Amino acid sequence: MKILVCISNVPDTTSKINFTEGDTKFDTNGVQFVINPNDEFGLTRAMWFKEKQGATITVATVGGATVEPTMRKALAIGADEAIRINAEPTDGLFVAQQLTEVIKTGSYDLIIAGRESIDYNGGMVPGMMSAMLNYNFINTCIGLEIEGNTATAIREIDGGKEKISATLPLIVGGQKGLVEESDLRIPNMRGIMMARQKKLNVLEPIDASFGTEDIKFEKPAAKGAVKLVESDNISDLIDLLHNEAKVI
Amino acid sequence: MSVLVYTESDNGKFKKNAMEAASYAHKLAEQLGTTVTAITINVEDSEVIGNYGVSKILKVTSDKLSIFNAKAYATAIAQAVENEGASAIVVSSSTDTKYMAAILAGILKAGYCTNVVAPPISTNPLVVKRTAFSNKGFAHTQYKTATNIIGVSNNAYGIFENNLSPMVEDFDPKLNDSDFSVQSLNIDKVVGKATIADADIVVSGGRGLKGPENWGMIEELAEVLGAATACSKPVSDMGWRSHSEHVGQTGKPVASNLYIAIGISGAIQHLAGINASKVKVVINTDPEAPFFKAADYGIIGDAFEVVPKLTEKLKEFKAQNA
Repeated sequence: MKILVCISNVPDTTSKINFTEGDTKFDTNGVQFVINPNDEFGLTRAMWFKEKQGATITVATVGGATVEPTMRKALAIGADEAIRINAEPTDGLFVAQQLTEVIKTGSYDLIIAGRESIDYNGGMVPGMMSAMLNYNFINTCIGLEIEGNTATAIREIDGGKEKISATLPLIVGGQKGLVEESDLRIPNMRGIMMARQKKLNVLEPIDASFGTEDIKFEKPAAKGAVKLVESDNISDLIDLLHNEAKVI
Repeated sequence: MSVLVYTESDNGKFKKNAMEAASYAHKLAEQLGTTVTAITINVEDSEVIGNYGVSKILKVTSDKLSIFNAKAYATAIAQAVENEGASAIVVSSSTDTKYMAAILAGILKAGYCTNVVAPPISTNPLVVKRTAFSNKGFAHTQYKTATNIIGVSNNAYGIFENNLSPMVEDFDPKLNDSDFSVQSLNIDKVVGKATIADADIVVSGGRGLKGPENWGMIEELAEVLGAATACSKPVSDMGWRSHSEHVGQTGKPVASNLYIAIGISGAIQHLAGINASKVKVVINTDPEAPFFKAADYGIIGDAFEVVPKLTEKLKEFKAQNA
């Protein structure tokens, strides 16, 4: 089985979010970048397939040279090779077209991406790719088994879950549940050394259309201080929620 | 050139997010000087959506579509887009619709913004405001395509009545077997209980509750408020509550009107997932808990004393205001 794991290079969750150049760009100054958490669950599930059922894993991303440490980390975790498409990932439609080209060329059986990246939170790339390729697609996937040519998956739905069946090739939008957080792997020294020898192919982007462009950013308005209510005067809280906040 | 809105339903009845999406579509259509067409799938009284500014309804009735199927729904809606010559499509932010709309955007090669929280900043070019960086920022995003999809956040724009008498037209999309190649085997869904995605109020418990046996008071409080119950990540990791209740960055997102956090310290990953909620209340013994910085109202106190008292007082309040 050939697996492609699509990876986003995103600011670590604890990063302070600031904007620069007249609030038109995300300020990367002092920001630590990591593998998008939703993608990391997918990569770890891919490793399970590799070790238990035999599979090769390619990781792919769209980004400039600055994303290479994140790709090396994915290789250190156990991916076999990496592909970087040398372009800024400006919007979902553009990224989906670039990755679609990689999928066509590599003819993968299973493509795992995260349900969304934690930076721009678009949540659209895997679905767009499925339409462009006419591949089966399962989103918010929290469980995945493959037998022969058939996948059985669990999808999270509002208020519960759904069991689904689909044939390969298949695109999955994954999240926590594909594996548990305790199953995530920290690369060991051997993995890091081996990653240096693995191929990281850099491809130039294909001509593609843009869907959207972020022209300006803003930070949420500064929040007022919390209003504390004494635990002896709980009726005050009800009063505030009813008359001031008007939420009950 | 009308605005098309997909109005989602459950068991033949419109969901609350259908009214929000229709209200947003009406606002957009007003700005564009056009009207709103809604597509409904297996809704009996589809005219109801006319109350929210819809002029025309494409009514789909199909046994094949009785169970949600993202690809088939996207294919049907793409045909409605073509039928109406719509350049703007408004959808909600439910889990099903986000799944469907990404496929729709791929079919139409459309620009798509999710998590849109306000009416368009401009219509020529079309620019919308959406949340980004897990609610730590907003982006003003401009569409670059001829066909544009706007995904409206839950509980963000609001519901506005504009009573119209819509024209209802039966619509029969052409669907092939290949549109149903992803098959639903079994759906396991809570019925008759508010879900985290749809509830106006969410009551959430953390490690401060000391054990799963103490969740009775959380459920009781939620019941009085008609709220959904949720939990923090450590609670689901320890198996005290099911994963489906885990809210936060890697769990379910919450965008409720009121979020009550009980015994939750407020780790940044947790706050990232719940920050879209309008009003936040924290109950915690530790005045240094980070949640007090994120909350609007707080009680420093022991949940085991505060929560039962709060439930009691709320029952009295509800009885008086019934």
